[in-house]
Amino acid sequence: MRLFWHQLKTEQRVFWRNREAAIFIFVFPLMLFMLLGAVYSGTIDGHPAADVLLAGMFGYGAANTAFAGIAIQLVIRREMGVLKRLRSTPLPAATYLSAALASTLAVFVLQTVVLFALGRAVYGSHVPDRVGSLVLVVLIGAAGFSGIGLATAALIRSAEGSSAVVNVILLPMAFLSGSFGPTRRYPDVLQAIGDVLPLTYFIEIVKAVYLDGEHAWSEPGAIAVVLAWGLAGVLVAARRFRWEPRAR
Amino acid sequence: MSAIVVSELRKSYDGLEAVRGISFTVEPGEVFGLLGPNGAGKTTTVEILEGYREATAGEVSVLGFDPGRAERAFRERIGVVLQHSELWPNLTVRETHAVFAGYYERPRDVDEVVELVGLAEKAGAPVKTLSGGQKRRLDLGVALVGDPELLFLDEPTTGFDPAARRAAWEMIRSLRALGKTIVLTTHYLDEAQQLADRVAVLVEGRIVRMGSPAELIGGSLGVEIRYRRGGEDVVVQTEEPTRVLHELTAEAVAAGVELEGLEVRRATLEDVYLELVDGEAGA
Repeated sequence: MRLFWHQLKTEQRVFWRNREAAIFIFVFPLMLFMLLGAVYSGTIDGHPAADVLLAGMFGYGAANTAFAGIAIQLVIRREMGVLKRLRSTPLPAATYLSAALASTLAVFVLQTVVLFALGRAVYGSHVPDRVGSLVLVVLIGAAGFSGIGLATAALIRSAEGSSAVVNVILLPMAFLSGSFGPTRRYPDVLQAIGDVLPLTYFIEIVKAVYLDGEHAWSEPGAIAVVLAWGLAGVLVAARRFRWEPRAR
Repeated sequence: MSAIVVSELRKSYDGLEAVRGISFTVEPGEVFGLLGPNGAGKTTTVEILEGYREATAGEVSVLGFDPGRAERAFRERIGVVLQHSELWPNLTVRETHAVFAGYYERPRDVDEVVELVGLAEKAGAPVKTLSGGQKRRLDLGVALVGDPELLFLDEPTTGFDPAARRAAWEMIRSLRALGKTIVLTTHYLDEAQQLADRVAVLVEGRIVRMGSPAELIGGSLGVEIRYRRGGEDVVVQTEEPTRVLHELTAEAVAAGVELEGLEVRRATLEDVYLELVDGEAGA
């Protein structure tokens, strides 16, 4: 446990010290929210536009922070040789990984809190009334997307390509899943693709809890899809993840 | 008990044999050098001892552990400097040492280690601002901070300027004086000669010679005498330098001439090594 806290503290320090990553991971979703909030107004599907956008950005934040953050960070650390170096210390691999995931979760939680605060202050979006359920939603999202992040890190082969590959997955997924607005008017093909993406289901859960005031478990099917993607990611990572850089 | 026992170690990658049946032991407190050209199997051997790779065949015991099982108790007691590795660029030198100190049950004092590796002036500097040689010293510092009894140094001074290399050698000697066991790989012959109690010369996955640097040199070419006569370089290699030198100088004195550029030189490890490597490659 002492080692876990030590590593979590280290991960947090490393994350916030790296300004570029902190801006990309932490600030970017908030910035997108501010931009989109400035162009949409009125109501979407009977809800205030700001609330709907906030739900979409909540989802984007999960994918961005947990999925992209974990994937890029692990690939870079692996290719730098940090992971290999750590393996010869007494720090157990499981402790390292759980601290890295917990650190990401901490960033995601903070981001979500700031998102709600900004939404309230700038666009008058409503304060969520089911906070307990929302916490659960954050955990589900972090679990699902960091699982996919682990798998992606295992499949990406070089540090140079990592953020390109991750963005090629992240941005279309966010678009097709409705992070940037409703997908109802998208062509059928795009909607069909969106229907298999985990982010679509995650945003569904967020909307149920935040917009409709339901319990998190009112959407068991969607929860199952998100967690299944995460589990599939963990299984891929367990088979393919390497601790060492590619041989030079 | 020996610190390291290796017997008949073999390692293949995709059918290619990188290590072809080597055996050696390293005693506690000894500095053991693995010397050889690139691709000889030095790093593969060390990485098996460190627990990074599984042996294909043979027995390996390090501090009584099977390194392949990578137990935590084992990792508490070893320190590793890898051939290539970087650390977090945005943490400072001191913070990086403190992070590593936190992984061990009984670490050394962080500031003391920073001082020991000569980075006290850089303690507050981010790692990304260090020079190549300073980064290498950081690698050594974080390998020492857990107070290991066995240190693996994989080409620890590659890329150092001569002054930095001397300083690193001094540091390694002081570690030896503390009773640390050290396994060192290098392709610098002078480094092995300066530091190692015993050296194994590795060529194409086999140990072709093993012994103290003095033994390796002694068992070979003997002494080389050079001088110039009539503008021509003359080189005499001999096992009996005293007699040859006496005859040469007596002759010169009798003729009333000076032996220009007279030089008497013992073979260095380099001569032995080049002879060995050439011999193996030609065989």
